[in-house]
Amino acid sequence: MLRGMAHDHHDHDHAHALLPPDPALRVRALETLLSRKGLIDPAALDEIIDTYQNRIGPKNGAQVVARAWADPEFRAALLADATPVVADLGFFGRQGEHIVAVENTEEVHNMVVCTLCSCYPWPLLGIPPAWYKSDAYRARAVREPRAVLADFGVTLPEGVKLRVWDSTAEVRYLVIPRRPAGTEGMSVDDLARLVTRDSMIGTGLAREPGA
Amino acid sequence: MTDLAPDPVFSAPWHGQVFALTVHLNETGQFDWSEWTARFSRTLAAHGLSRELDGGDDYFTAWLETLEAILAEIGHAAPPEVERLRAAWEAAYLSTPHGDPVHLHAGEDPDRS
Repeated sequence: MLRGMAHDHHDHDHAHALLPPDPALRVRALETLLSRKGLIDPAALDEIIDTYQNRIGPKNGAQVVARAWADPEFRAALLADATPVVADLGFFGRQGEHIVAVENTEEVHNMVVCTLCSCYPWPLLGIPPAWYKSDAYRARAVREPRAVLADFGVTLPEGVKLRVWDSTAEVRYLVIPRRPAGTEGMSVDDLARLVTRDSMIGTGLAREPGA
Repeated sequence: MTDLAPDPVFSAPWHGQVFALTVHLNETGQFDWSEWTARFSRTLAAHGLSRELDGGDDYFTAWLETLEAILAEIGHAAPPEVERLRAAWEAAYLSTPHGDPVHLHAGEDPDRS
């Protein structure tokens, strides 16, 4: 799909470099222009890409959740004001946004969406998956959240309230999923392995140990 | 849906590049993030009127369009300049032997010819 243009429009022996798709060329053009004007530092761009591709991802959030399961004081502080608590662990919002932790309980299940665009707790979960950015999820998460959950294979027990949180540029939500049964005495690192990305968005549950 | 074998963070290299460019420009103070999300939301809404966006290539297409509009507006990247450089990069790709690194050549570079 991405390399199709070169095959469709040019010779087939690849005598020249594969032509990137049009938007890729437009991005190159912007980079060239802004770099000549001294407005960007190409090394900083590489650093940002590397950070999000290799260093920041759901593992960060999973550490936070596992710690909240294991440490009642940490959990209380996280629920009271998550931003400084996760900053202490080295997870900062690049855009200065606040992180709000919402906890799933026997009575309430939380689910996160950004109806307007795709705001997401980047420092804790990395770049959102395509489905989070899709029109379908952004519209349906509010209109028919239980049907969306069912699509993800999650059925909530009768009587459990479903709360949907709409993220903004200023506030990003992290769901603290319920701690699975049979995990008493597990280490924080072992607990973290049970915490999936989707469970921290609220479209999934934490894994059962041994599952 | 599992995240045992996660999808690549950016499914095309230019997705990562336009993302990084935007984050960098925000961090260097060219625009603030709430302004960015407001503009980007409007672009997504406009694009979503004609068809349902799947959150992949179409998402970053809307992202790029938003960035181009903001940069044009604040006077950092006038559309004709961007188009000249885009065409120059296209020419550079088409004239570079396969496997060689691609650079803008003097003859293709509108600012340096």
